[in-house]
Amino acid sequence: MWDYTDKVMEHFRHPRNVGAIENADATGQVGSLVCGDALKLTLKINKETEVIEDAKFETFGCASAIASSSVLTEMIKGKTLTEAAKITNQDIADELGSLPAEKMHCSVMGMEALEAAIESYRQGGKPVVFEQESENIVCHCFNVSEEAIIKAIRTNHLTTVEDVTYFTKAGGACGRCKGEIQKILDKVNSCAVPQPTSAEEKPFADLTIVEKIKRIEKVLEEDVRPQLNMDGGNVELIDVSGTVVKVRLLGMCSGCLAADATLKGFIEKTLKEKLDPSITIERA
Amino acid sequence: MKTIYLDNNATTQVLPSVAEAMLPYFTQKYGNASSMYPMAAEAHHAMEDARAKVAALIGAAYPDEIIFTSCATESDNTAIFSAVRSFPQKKHIITSKVEHPAVMHPYKFLESQGYKVDYIGVDAQGRFDMAQYKAALDANTALVSVMWANSETGTVFPIAEIAALAKQHGALFHTDAVQVIGKMPINVQEAQIDMLSLSGHKFHAPKGVGALYVKRGTRFTEFMMGGHQEKGRRGGTENIPYIVGLGVAAELAQKRVTDGSLERMAALRDKLQNGLLSSIADTKLNGDPENRVPNTVNISFGYVEGEAILMHLNEYGICASSGSACTSGSLEPSHVLRAMGVDFKFAHGSVRFSLSEFTTEEEVDKVLEVMPVIIENLRKISPFSRMK
Repeated sequence: MWDYTDKVMEHFRHPRNVGAIENADATGQVGSLVCGDALKLTLKINKETEVIEDAKFETFGCASAIASSSVLTEMIKGKTLTEAAKITNQDIADELGSLPAEKMHCSVMGMEALEAAIESYRQGGKPVVFEQESENIVCHCFNVSEEAIIKAIRTNHLTTVEDVTYFTKAGGACGRCKGEIQKILDKVNSCAVPQPTSAEEKPFADLTIVEKIKRIEKVLEEDVRPQLNMDGGNVELIDVSGTVVKVRLLGMCSGCLAADATLKGFIEKTLKEKLDPSITIERA
Repeated sequence: MKTIYLDNNATTQVLPSVAEAMLPYFTQKYGNASSMYPMAAEAHHAMEDARAKVAALIGAAYPDEIIFTSCATESDNTAIFSAVRSFPQKKHIITSKVEHPAVMHPYKFLESQGYKVDYIGVDAQGRFDMAQYKAALDANTALVSVMWANSETGTVFPIAEIAALAKQHGALFHTDAVQVIGKMPINVQEAQIDMLSLSGHKFHAPKGVGALYVKRGTRFTEFMMGGHQEKGRRGGTENIPYIVGLGVAAELAQKRVTDGSLERMAALRDKLQNGLLSSIADTKLNGDPENRVPNTVNISFGYVEGEAILMHLNEYGICASSGSACTSGSLEPSHVLRAMGVDFKFAHGSVRFSLSEFTTEEEVDKVLEVMPVIIENLRKISPFSRMK
């Protein structure tokens, strides 16, 4: 049983600012169904003053993920974007009293969604999915980059591999990257400038299932769903096997006579362009 | 608020009659069973009485086939390391992908020591892949160890069939039977089992006591090395009060298997299952609906996360479990559900309810009343549920 503070439980029971702002000025997203937690943050921003006038969230996740999202919306309302950008995951955890060490990644998720939302505003409101800044992925199970690990170590003064896992999830599944995390810890904590390790671009077909799903979800969310949503439709990712992507059309799309054209002519074409020309779409 | 305890696969309440039977062995009859005076003899007799009751519960031919241990993890470790030490020339082990960590972790260790371990898969309903198993067996197989029922889904494996094949290939057969004791009739002789692990606290004995059945004639090497206790098979002074408790609980469990309790429990479980599946959309039953222990139901609620469901159930005093990553120390969802190919949409939102013979219809009705509201509220704040 986790030791949640009263404030975590209070925000979990009565989350503030739930939902999505219509015609939002900024939409930031992080996480996925695969990872077990995801957060979508929408903001209303005053164009003159850049003050966040309203903030809403939708979260899939555990009690501390919901509480972190809820408290974040309260923290940023009324702040300018510049002020909001300074909020760290530790600030979110502090605002909640504290979070169990194993749950610190929930506060990191809040910070990342906020970063993505601010980026979204800079790009004129186009939804932005938070992405690790580099291709230099250390933990392939949870798609965590060396930069993200270094940032977590520096911001939160982490000293053990276990801490890094609690804050970033890296190393939390198969554990194969624990040796590499230890090396990063040694480098950062001895103040040496971290040398990026081999950063080759892997072909889509060689990615792990989680990486594939994350990349496909990003394309679906940024390039496909906004189009489908305009016609009252949607698409759900069902499975990925090799380069075969199985999806289900939802809403208006599901019964649409042009469904096959949408699948092949639009969704498959977009995935081929953005990710890999060998991708094919199957209808679930 | 009254507690509605539906997590009996995690642990059970110690029955008052069990606790009462144990008490004299703490403060009055506290002799060491190995000593030479009447109080020691009393302890010794109480222990042998318990041994006979545990033997009867699982259909063992002789009471001395029962070795008392501290828990099922110790029983599992003992069985596995005994098998590999007793047959040092054989370097192959077969198990399943859905075992408890108490057997998984010893196998991971043995793999690092050069053993080949085959992890037999399961289908979407959690059923054992018999064809894959048959293909994996060979003359080099030292041990086949497969759980009798799965703790998360309640799915029961065809242990007699699996054991018979192991015997044909000259391999030892061990089963972790923790989740079937008191939930269905079992007989180690009929099923040709060489070794079987059980745990007291899963059937109303206290935590801290378990047993390992070792069939007479089975080559055995002890795990806990020490004194001559348990005929040299398990060193350490016998934990008499807990062994007495295990005996009483075994006797009660054996009665329960035939007195209609199981049928009553299955009926309540089915009511809970059908009620949840019919009143809430986007749900999925995990496990084999046919071959399942009568107390367990595992349901996935799409687009929501399991820990959040449990936290809301707490508000009503309802205790259950989840295969969600967030409820475990690890960050991955249940290895059992993933082995079944349950997709992530459902894997993170699984909830297991495990009943006992004391579960009442009112308790089940309460769960059926509150669950639809809990799921609806969580889906309202989930970014994925709008997809539908």
